[in-house]
This record gives sequence, C-alpha cells and structure tokens, in this order.
Amino acid sequence: MAQPRTLYDKLWDSHVVHKDEGGASLIYIDLHLTHEVTTPQAYEGLRLSQRKLHRTDKTIAVPDHNVPSTPDRLEKIDDPESRLQLDTLKQNSDDFGVEYIPMDDIRQGIVHIIGPEQGLTQPGKTIVCGDSHTATHGAFGALAFGIGTSDVEHTLATQTLSMQKSKNMLVRVDGKLSVGTTSKDLIMAIIGRIGTAGGTGHVIEYQGEAFSDLSMEGRMTVCNMTIEGGARAGLIAPDEKTFEYVKGKPRAPKSEAWEAAVKYWQTLKTEDGAIFDKEVVINAEDIIPHVTWGTSPEDVLPITSVVPNPDDFDDPNKKSRISRSLKYMGLEAGEALEGVAVDKVFIGSCTNGRIEDLRAAAEVIKGRKVADSVEMLVVPGSGLVKYQAEEEGLDLIFLAAGAQWREPSCSMCLGMNPDILQPGERCASTSNRNFEGRQGRGGRTHLVSPEMAAAAAVTGHLTDVRKVVNS
Amino acid sequence: MEKFSVFKGVAAPMPMVNIDTDMMMPKQFLKTIKRTGLGISVFYDMRYDENEAERPEFILNKTEFRHSKILLAGKNFGCGSSREHAPWGLLDFGFRCVIAPSFADIFYSNCFKNGILCITLPEAQVEALTAQADGSDFSIDLENMKITAPDGTVTQFELDETRRHNLLNGLDDIALTLEHIDKIKAFESKQQTGQPWLYT
Repeated sequence: MAQPRTLYDKLWDSHVVHKDEGGASLIYIDLHLTHEVTTPQAYEGLRLSQRKLHRTDKTIAVPDHNVPSTPDRLEKIDDPESRLQLDTLKQNSDDFGVEYIPMDDIRQGIVHIIGPEQGLTQPGKTIVCGDSHTATHGAFGALAFGIGTSDVEHTLATQTLSMQKSKNMLVRVDGKLSVGTTSKDLIMAIIGRIGTAGGTGHVIEYQGEAFSDLSMEGRMTVCNMTIEGGARAGLIAPDEKTFEYVKGKPRAPKSEAWEAAVKYWQTLKTEDGAIFDKEVVINAEDIIPHVTWGTSPEDVLPITSVVPNPDDFDDPNKKSRISRSLKYMGLEAGEALEGVAVDKVFIGSCTNGRIEDLRAAAEVIKGRKVADSVEMLVVPGSGLVKYQAEEEGLDLIFLAAGAQWREPSCSMCLGMNPDILQPGERCASTSNRNFEGRQGRGGRTHLVSPEMAAAAAVTGHLTDVRKVVNS
Repeated sequence: MEKFSVFKGVAAPMPMVNIDTDMMMPKQFLKTIKRTGLGISVFYDMRYDENEAERPEFILNKTEFRHSKILLAGKNFGCGSSREHAPWGLLDFGFRCVIAPSFADIFYSNCFKNGILCITLPEAQVEALTAQADGSDFSIDLENMKITAPDGTVTQFELDETRRHNLLNGLDDIALTLEHIDKIKAFESKQQTGQPWLYT
C-alpha cells in the first residue's frame, strides 16, 4: 500500500511538471498575484531578455503597498518614487497583457484580500506572489507562498517555479478558544511557542477544533502569519465553510464546474497515518489575548504578563537580543504589559483588514471614545471591505469614537505610503511584524488582535479587551 | 549571472540572531524600479544615524570591513519579508557569500538567484570562523565546497547539487526551465482536462 500522504504532499504531487537530477522540481503555478513593489525589476528582466509571459490568464495585478489611505489618493501621491512605482505596475501590466485592477476600482485593495474576495483563491491551487504574506491563501487549502522578484520573473516567463520540496509540519490545537481570544491570539501564541524559525524548511498544516471552528477570515489571519513562524506556507484543509465562502464569488467555478471542483476539493485532506516531520500540539483553552513586547513576532506574551528580564536567560544570544529589544521598545524588564501607553492604533493590513476584523473592533469601540492621547487609523483591506463596512454602519461607529476612516491600502503595516510612526511613537497594531523600524524609523510596534487594538484605543494603553467589554 | 568560482575576501562578523530583511533594506528603499544602487542603503538604520552620518561602531563602517565580501551572521538570517531588495543590497555592497547557522527560506532562495552563496554551518563552526574575522582574507571554494580561514584551517560545507551547479556555471534559471517548455504545455493540457475550472 502506498504511504499515506499529507495535504501538502497532495498539493505538491499534483503540480510537479518535472524533476531534475539535483533534487529540484519544476512546480506549476495556478495563480500569480502581483503588486507594484516586487514586479518592476521582473518586467525589466523580461524586456532585457526579450521574453514575454508564458500565459497571461493566470496573473492579476493590483496596487496596494504605496497607495495612500487618504480620500484624495487618486489625485495626490506626493512621493514621486511611489507614484513612479504605481505607474510602472499599470504600464507593465498593459504592455504584457496582465489584468490590472486600478486604484479607482471598488475591487482594489491589499493583494491578499482581493484574491479570496474575487474567488481567485481556491482550494487545490498553487498561488504565488512577491510578498511573504501570500501564506494567507493557505486558509483555503491552497499551496500559497511568497517569492522574491527573480521568481516573479520566472513565474511570468514560465508559469512554473523550480524548487525543493519542504518538510511537513503539523500544528494541532485541540479544544475551543475562550471568549475574547481570537485567531490572531491563536497564531501569536503558536509563534511564541515555535519561534520565528520554528517552521523554517517546512510547510505547516493546522489541524484541530480551534481551526475548524474559525471563520474563513480567522483562518486567513492564522495562515497569513505562518511566515512569522518561519514556514513559507500554512495550510488548513478545505471544508464546507471553505466551499460556502468561495461559492458565488466572481471568479469561482460555476454550475457544473462548481460541482466538479467541490468533488475534487473534498479529497484535499491529509490521509490517516500520514507522517509529519515535526508536530506541535497546543491546548486552545490555555490561550488568552496576546501582545508582543519586543522586536520579533516571537517576542509575544499573554497581556497579563510582565516584560521579560534578559538576566533570566542563560543563552547569551537570547540575553543580548532581549536587551536590544527592550532598549528599542523603551520598556523596562518586569514592567506589566497591561498599562503601557500607546500613541497610535492601527487596524488594517492583510492580517486583520477584513470585514470580520472591522466588525470585531467596532463592537469594542461602539459607544466608547478613542482616548485623547491616541490617534486611531482604521484602514479597510479593500474597496469591497470598505463598502460592506459602510453598509453596516461600521464607519460611523469608528468616526463617532474619534477614529479615522481611511481608504484601502497596506498603510501603516509597513509604511510605504505616508502612514508611518515617528521615532519613539508606540503603536498597538493589528499588522504582522514588529521588527525595528517596520512602521517607521524608531517606531515601536505591539502586535495585537483587532479587539485588543480597539481596547488600547479607548483606554490609551495596552489592556485586556475582556476587561474593557465587561466594564 | 556571474559564474561563482574560488574567491577571496574579508569576512564581516554580525553575530546577531534573527536579522530580518526589514533591517537589511528598510521600506523606503523598496520604491526603486531598479536592481542596482542599493549597496549604500544596506543595513541602513544600523549603519547611519538620524542625520544620515555613519555610525563608527557599526561593523561595515570600520576601515578593515568596508570592503567585506563575506558575511558571518547569526541564526535565522533573512527572516521576514520576501523583498529581494535585501540580497540586491548585499550584492551591490560587494557581498558574494553569507555564512550562518540557519537562513529563512525565501531569503535563502533569493540569494542564489542573484549569485550569492549561502552556506549553512553548525553554530560552533560559524563561531570559530567569526573568531578569525579580523579583516584578513577568507577563501571560498564552491567547486570543492570548502572555506579556508586566515589561519589556514579548512571547513567543509554542503549544498544541494542543483544550486551548486547553477551557481558554478552562472546559469540563467529561466532559460533552463524553458528547455522543459513541452513538459509545461503537456502539464497544462492534462490539468485542463482534469480540472477545467482552472482554465476559464
């Protein structure tokens, strides 16, 4: 009998075009998402070598990173380099025949939000993008991973990538998440457990009740941050929730094709007895709301904790890294995380810029006011998310509380548009990375869930959202 | 791509763990539409102060390390963003080789696409090499997969055959793949029959 296969094995096997003697395989790519930052040099390469796209129907382009989040964004992009990069995406897409979603289209948004929204993201596909958060799409049982610009060029020219197969890793979370604990807390707790290199060389499959209970939005948040645990891709086997989400989306299969697709998608799960190279098991009930205290996503603790003390660690690397982080973050060892004052609150990004995230934050903010000392930005992940939120009146809730309601963009997640932190400013952020300088030189980032971000906005400091909603 | 043969150069020690690609190439430099010219910006916030003046204590600002070709780094080097601007910056600065106990996957792959050799060695061996990094030349021999330290000690390393072959011969990945164009087309035709919804 054949060795039982994991979901990753199945997705890999079904896309192998060719195997070379050196151990690399040529993998077929079903969907290539492109944006303005990591494509200009790829198209330049194609021009220099006089190549064209192998095919144009599996690539889509959308501007996101440099797009301002302000209402006048169509007329006004102050930074000439941002403008040039955005214009270059449009020009290259036109020249090479790639479908392009312009900034004034309601479908425009963060590339990882629009893929699922348009129904382009489907179970069983291989999906790449010149962005590490491509892992997001693994929530659908698609093999999705970030690539560099050379691989963008390779994909454009050949619709394939040459790669080595990763190992299989299982993260199983048993039991149910407690009230007030979200998919963001779940993935941050996992990263805290495995570390930022815990998944290196592996593809992680998430199994267990905690994940099957999550909505598709929640699963996307989990898979999105898989790269923060070092794995290029995260996977959740598709189920009825997945099919329900995809059904009826503009680019989803229709009628007979839909039936055939679902039949195939139902086979996309790890077989009993399949072997994982690495396994981690966590109990969901042990997880409470989390917050990062340092400058790596693995520097994460429950909100009830205190800032760690470098002296408590024996490993000299760890000791010096914590000291450096605390200095950068302006925190003292032993200081309670609860109560650390914030200057800004950012809700948005490919991690937490979907409708469910905005609903959750609005629920906490509703009837409360953003603290006077805090500036709060709410940036929907796409034009469609923004439209839906406005239909539900969420914009009015945020505005009434004193928050700013912005236009879709990657915005303050990485500050390629004008939304950045000033040196020393502290931010409770729903984004994915708290690296030094990520949100602006000298800026201090605390990663949190949308609910925790909203709670920080109303109290003016990091706090346990469960206390705020119960007050 | 330039062929990778035996070369000699200074190795700069940067023994920090988790050096991420945001650190290597901050966001403001991702707005370029070129691959070149990023060497001046590599490790920007660590290398320059708020007034854009060099920080004299930073390793690459020290006289003996200004022309380093090899980087000796800590664990999980290159984690975070997939930005290829990070290896472009390293290359433009003059680096051809990074030696570390472990690398992040996307960064590792990006380096080889640009002719930068990433060598993974056990932590103790990286530390032993780091101890010798005083501004003297190291020698890297990819053909025989060995590193010769200034004192003459030789460290063997391993690398998968595909990457080694491509680097030694300076091969263009896309041209290599296009040799299999018939297989790609055959795959598409078979996939279209089995999963027609992928082709609408």
